[in-house]
Amino acid sequence: MSTAQVFAELAYWQQTGIRLGAGLAAVLAVAGALVYLHLFKAVSFMQSRLGPMEAGPYGSLQLLAEIGKHLQKEDIFPRKADKFVFGAAPFVVLASTFLLVVVVPAGPDAWFVNSELGIYLGLAVSSVSVLGILMAGWGSSNKYSLLGGLRATGQLIAYELPLILAVVGVVIQAGTMNMADIVYAQANGEIFGLGVVGNPYILTQGVAFIIFLIAMQAELAQAPFDMPVAESELVTGYMTEYSGMRFLLFFIGEFATAGVFAAVASVLFLGGWYIPGIDPGADIMNLLGPLVMLVKIVGLTFLVFWTRFTMPRFREDQLQRLAWKFLIPIALANIVVTGILKVTF
Amino acid sequence: MTAVSSRQQLNYIAAQAADARVNLEIETEGMTLNIGPQHPATHGTLRIVAKLDGEQVIAADPVMGYMHRGYEKLSEVRTYPQVTTLINRIDWLGSFANEVPFILAAEQLMEVEAPPRAQWIRTVLFEMSRIANIVLFLGDMAVQVGAVTPVFFAFRDREHILNQIEAATGGRFHPNFDRIGGLKDDLPKGWIVETKQAMKKMRSFCNEIEELVMGNEIFQARTRGIGVVPADIGLSYGLSGANIRGSGVDWDVRRDGTTGAGGLVHNELDWRVWTHPDGDSFSRFWVRLQEVRESTKMVDQILDGLPSGPIMAKVPRIIKVPAGEAYVETENPLGVMGYYVVSKGGLAPFRVKIRSASFNNMSITPWLLTGVYVPDIITILGSLYFILGDIDR
Repeated sequence: MSTAQVFAELAYWQQTGIRLGAGLAAVLAVAGALVYLHLFKAVSFMQSRLGPMEAGPYGSLQLLAEIGKHLQKEDIFPRKADKFVFGAAPFVVLASTFLLVVVVPAGPDAWFVNSELGIYLGLAVSSVSVLGILMAGWGSSNKYSLLGGLRATGQLIAYELPLILAVVGVVIQAGTMNMADIVYAQANGEIFGLGVVGNPYILTQGVAFIIFLIAMQAELAQAPFDMPVAESELVTGYMTEYSGMRFLLFFIGEFATAGVFAAVASVLFLGGWYIPGIDPGADIMNLLGPLVMLVKIVGLTFLVFWTRFTMPRFREDQLQRLAWKFLIPIALANIVVTGILKVTF
Repeated sequence: MTAVSSRQQLNYIAAQAADARVNLEIETEGMTLNIGPQHPATHGTLRIVAKLDGEQVIAADPVMGYMHRGYEKLSEVRTYPQVTTLINRIDWLGSFANEVPFILAAEQLMEVEAPPRAQWIRTVLFEMSRIANIVLFLGDMAVQVGAVTPVFFAFRDREHILNQIEAATGGRFHPNFDRIGGLKDDLPKGWIVETKQAMKKMRSFCNEIEELVMGNEIFQARTRGIGVVPADIGLSYGLSGANIRGSGVDWDVRRDGTTGAGGLVHNELDWRVWTHPDGDSFSRFWVRLQEVRESTKMVDQILDGLPSGPIMAKVPRIIKVPAGEAYVETENPLGVMGYYVVSKGGLAPFRVKIRSASFNNMSITPWLLTGVYVPDIITILGSLYFILGDIDR
């Protein structure tokens, strides 16, 4: 009896409980792992320091200490803040992350929503975070926050377009918007008659992959696109007035979103949970799939944070120019070429 | 308007009033942004009142004095040897360089000259404090533009210099080592070899920064053509140091100084003054990078040709400076630093006026920041390179 059949026989509340727990784990555990691996350790080695070493072996429990610290802190509202908007903003940002993760499959049956419009839904809900950031920027009644929020809004809207256009190439080639079917299409595909490793779309959609990575970097507001938080000029942009729990939510949101976007990228371009040589629909992939995905997520996010801690940041007019004058035309050309090749072959 | 009933009339008036209110709010006025006194980019307590139109600066006004410590006044109630303790804290990244012009002024008044070995060691420490200071600038400039990692390399490699300064003087940051008529101590054993190794590391650090920061396209896009200071404007605002050499003015007090460079031996060394014609933030960065390289060369030359002999001239145990006045300026890491010392023949100076480089360098900011965008404020301030202690004294 396969895992899916066992799962189907459970009661509704049990199914929901398992989905909820897995969803929380998929976002929070991955975010924690990324904070530890990249922010605490990888970056420390780049900067010739050790990073946290005291809490737990090699500082592995440092994150729990940080969470405990933030939970104890006072939840400060600025006197002139728009209380409701200010308070709700971090939840809106985090909600967008949790909504995005539901469309990402990690195995043939390990998904939350197996929608025919999976990637379409995902890109739609990922834009919700703009609202939260604008709410934070406006609600703080702080000039730095306002500038940061406005910069973030302009940037996220500008880079949403290349992100979507890069995905369109993949959708054309796979012929489906269903995330699981995109993985199957890559696993069963072949390139120049060679089907040994399938056809991860990074090979045929390499341009789209690079555009997706750049746009993803900008969506996550990481350097060189961190003008919205630009800590050397805007303190921390829209997060300036936040403290304690609400700051923690923003912080989790930042890393969880990085993980979820990397998961989307690995499904679209790197073959998702597929391992060459094993049938992607096999039952064992429900166990191995999440591990494969985790490896790909860690690899992709390492790229994100490596870039973040190496690159200086663009000025906002420069980064708008990059989006509108370079990324969007290249992405459009990629769609045209993909469409022509799809029709001819 | 044809009012049918009083209710409609009231509604109309209310709508007009609401419209007027909305129009009033949408009409954009300049937003005043207080950058500082507590702000990560001003590394200290500088405050810049910037009037903004959107992200563009209409007017910017630096407000100084949040860190004023009254060293000029305090100097009047300290004896001459005690004053060096205070003025160490002016430019705290290159402390030894602060002591030199004051000591030279006092020596000029007393008509004492330090023995050759003391002069050469003075010059070594002077150039080393320049390296220690500017190395941090090279990393910090990258932080201002948004790259976090280079500053850690700067802190790591500056340690080699600070270790050598500590080994020679006993103080990492505040050596307090210069004396009227010479130096407190001779160099410790093995110092010369270690210092030469440290200089080698500094040169490799410069190459690293050149690749990592200066060669970066984004860094160049953020600094080239930003904050351009034409040479005549820069001179009229009294810029000095790398800020004016970045505008193409070939002027370095180490080479061209007329007043009392007698205590330093730059004229006997083989080095050159670097200038850059552009006058933008990038050229100021470039000039400073070359200066670090020149300084490492100078240190190597001095260590090779260090004369032997005493390190202290004959001065009385209780120093009384004869009446008179002297002005000595030297080329400090941040620019020209001068001390105008007036003595009435007592144990303490009657009046000390400190011409610190950062104060004059800052005075160009209202002219320079007008019309730039908010992110460029930070790069321009970073490239002008001020230290708050040097502005406020």
